[in-house]
Amino acid sequence: MANIKKLVLDILKPHQPNALEFASRLAELGVSYKVNLTVAEMDEKTETTVVVIEGNNLDYEEIQAAVQEMGGSIHSIDEVEVQGTGEA
Amino acid sequence: MLLIRYKGVRSILRRYLVTNGFDGALTMLGLMSGFYAAGDVSPGVAVSASLGAAIALFVSGTTSAYLSESAERQRELHELEQALLTQLDQSDQAQAARAIPYLVALVNGFSPLIISLFIIAPVWLAASGLALPVSPFLLAIVAALTAIFSLGVYLGTISETNWLWAGARALLVAGLTFGVIFLLS
Repeated sequence: MANIKKLVLDILKPHQPNALEFASRLAELGVSYKVNLTVAEMDEKTETTVVVIEGNNLDYEEIQAAVQEMGGSIHSIDEVEVQGTGEA
Repeated sequence: MLLIRYKGVRSILRRYLVTNGFDGALTMLGLMSGFYAAGDVSPGVAVSASLGAAIALFVSGTTSAYLSESAERQRELHELEQALLTQLDQSDQAQAARAIPYLVALVNGFSPLIISLFIIAPVWLAASGLALPVSPFLLAIVAALTAIFSLGVYLGTISETNWLWAGARALLVAGLTFGVIFLLS
């Protein structure tokens, strides 16, 4: 399976956990995970965020589960960067 | 704790602790004042009546807080689900919505119970045969006033106002209750 190096996700999340807690929890999923979160839009109960996760061998399933646990939902995968492993 | 950080539960717990604690202390003050004014109530009877009231306060505090907080949390969760257009069953928010009502119920139930037991203690000691230098009901009234003053001081500390004034204000309410009961007795 290809090595996922970068993901840009459009995530709708509640105000709590806040941006710092949300990004930190995603970053804690892996040693090499680097997370950048930008709040693009905010309304009464939710905020639309653009989350950029970079690292080595990003585990998308795990990232998706963590987002759901924090009450967020991934609306779209806007950008990916993968590296082939030559196993196919 | 994650739940407490998420939902601002600390302030809710504090509110329930003081509100129902105050209920418990005033109820016991009322009972003890009544017993003291009546004059010939045996400590054994007074302990049974007061324990009955304390248990009723515990049950009422626990169930009412659980039911109201549970309904409130479910409504909030439902509104959040609608805003996010997703199910939050597996989320921390859903876990909090399930766990917080239990936490609030425990605080709301145990707060009047513990305060009531503290106030009843002198009467229970007298009923157990311990000779007290003054009327156990008078000691219980002092215990109730101490509890009420402490709750007032606690509120003063939370609101970062003058703790002595906050305690005195709570005592004033207790004094009024005490006065009315003595006037009616």
